[in-house]
Amino acid sequence: MSAHAATGPTSLPARTGAVESSATWRLSDRVGLAICWLLGGLFCAIAAAIVIFMLVQGIKYVRPSLFVTSPTAGFSESQTGGFLDPLIGTVVVALLGTAIALPLGVTIAVWLSEYGRPFALARAAESVVEMLAGIPDIVLALFGLLIFSSPILGFFSRTSGHVVFGRSFFAAGAMLSLVALPLIVGSTREGLQAIPAHIREASLGVGKTRFATIRRILLPTARPSVITGTMLGLGRIIGDTAIIVVLLGATLTINQGGSTPVLGVLKGTGSTLTSFIYQNSPTGEIDQPTKAYAAAFVLLVMVLALNLCVDLVGRRKKDVTWSS
Amino acid sequence: MDDELLFEQRLHWWSDRRAELTLGAVVCAVLAGVVAMLVFVVVQGWPSFAHNGLAWFGSGGNVDQQIKDMFSAGASGSRDVYTFHAWPLIWSTLLIVGGAVTLSLVSSLFVAVFVVEFAPDWMKQTLHPVVRLLASVPSVIYGLIGVLVIVPFVGNHLITQAEKASVSHIISLSGYSLIAGVMILTVMISPLMIAIFADGLRSVPRHWLEASLALGINRWRTFWKVGVRAARPAIVAGTVLATARALGEAVMLAMVTGSVGFAPNPFDGAIFLFEPSRPLAATILQQVEGLSSAALKHTLFAIASVLLVSAMLLSLAGWAAKQPLKKYAAA
Repeated sequence: MSAHAATGPTSLPARTGAVESSATWRLSDRVGLAICWLLGGLFCAIAAAIVIFMLVQGIKYVRPSLFVTSPTAGFSESQTGGFLDPLIGTVVVALLGTAIALPLGVTIAVWLSEYGRPFALARAAESVVEMLAGIPDIVLALFGLLIFSSPILGFFSRTSGHVVFGRSFFAAGAMLSLVALPLIVGSTREGLQAIPAHIREASLGVGKTRFATIRRILLPTARPSVITGTMLGLGRIIGDTAIIVVLLGATLTINQGGSTPVLGVLKGTGSTLTSFIYQNSPTGEIDQPTKAYAAAFVLLVMVLALNLCVDLVGRRKKDVTWSS
Repeated sequence: MDDELLFEQRLHWWSDRRAELTLGAVVCAVLAGVVAMLVFVVVQGWPSFAHNGLAWFGSGGNVDQQIKDMFSAGASGSRDVYTFHAWPLIWSTLLIVGGAVTLSLVSSLFVAVFVVEFAPDWMKQTLHPVVRLLASVPSVIYGLIGVLVIVPFVGNHLITQAEKASVSHIISLSGYSLIAGVMILTVMISPLMIAIFADGLRSVPRHWLEASLALGINRWRTFWKVGVRAARPAIVAGTVLATARALGEAVMLAMVTGSVGFAPNPFDGAIFLFEPSRPLAATILQQVEGLSSAALKHTLFAIASVLLVSAMLLSLAGWAAKQPLKKYAAA
């Protein structure tokens, strides 16, 4: 539920006084209300079950040593090492994806909200961004694999002779940025549109150009929305599995694709927490459930922490009000 | 002095104009990129459709065997084999997505009504983070819980040995099943629906409800007859979004549905819920290593374009369904 929902302009006034008792209702209506309670309770129970279950598994299997050892091939749980590399991989992918999606997303949102001419192009851009949100990530992954293994984009991954491997942090980050893009565009637009027109007029009135208005007034004001969108996007990037499994090469450790320090990692293959969990689940190739549980716990904590940050930023956003 | 001012103004005008053009160019580039991607996927998938015709969507033969043949033909360098009949995969997708969307549509509607109107404040304050949490759990964690908890439970407690034996000559039942996929997918897409439904229900003008209450209609009836009806566009929008998410879910379903190209048969009775299958998206995920075989590559892109086109048709259908509802809709 977006933070906007709770603060929407049409939120209901607080109910005061006595509420009509359901005792006077017909049986069918009371059964309906009972179903409401049942389903509401069921969802709470499911969420509680997931959290408690993951917490128990986390306490059982997470060891500090897991965070500092690289995964290795082995037959038993004691030989396969930890998840240092996947952890680094998650951070790298998150940074890379955000670094691409944030500027693009803010640009698109600013153009849509502040310029939006010609109208047809704006409508097209709107529906394409909306469509992008509906494209399954596995389709993005498949597309990315073919594109990045074409010789023109050989720079972005490892090559042997004329064969381009097509799997690298670059490839995964580029495709993951498309997953985060709609969220950033949506949230930034929402933030820009919440700024009343008289703020823009005041800025234009003192002689600032439109671009200066955007850069100096509108974007700083909309910053909480931009941050919210980025964090939501980040959550999606961290939690995405299909693109990582397909496009990151699914090697256990980070395999550098060259000797240049940073570039080598970005051109190389590796794994993230999500692909680590996937490979360590009974349906994966390694099948070490305790490692998968430990990594899943860490991943869940990261995602929930991000959500908490979104809430905190959202709460601060409420403080900014425009008197009319 | 005057010249300088003029110059500055012109500079500003230029920089402003240039800024608009630059931003517009970036937008156009992203637009073109995405559209090119869609076209590319369909073009890459076309050879598979061209070789099979409409039989692509039909049934016939064993899908897994067909995929294996394509792969081995590609590996051995002999002539490409394109024969592919995707019905078991499509049927599995229809069953799982249909089941999950139906279940979560009903339950999300009740929960959204509950959250917006009937729940006491403490319950509202509990449900809000609960929905947020369920929406933000990554699909691979749902898959992990599914494969390590739900699947063994289904396999050990819900399916009897007699049932396993009765179909053992066709398919082995081990807990990787339709019902596990549907249940977990329901939990995954419900939060999305609840959030959008609740937004829609909250924006129903209060006085519409009050008018109904003033006629002596009780709160329950009022909210369902007036509130839910006025929020129909939001209900359509939420359902479309959730269905698109369900269609594209690959990882979780690859983990819990058993990965067998098998079409569960409703005429088998209740056992059909426990039969394994594999939906379209999961097929792409699991066969992606075979991209070096030209035929398999085109087939995978054909599957991807089916997913893409159905996602687009879905949002088109949602848009069309919303049009006549709009005039009654809450502002």
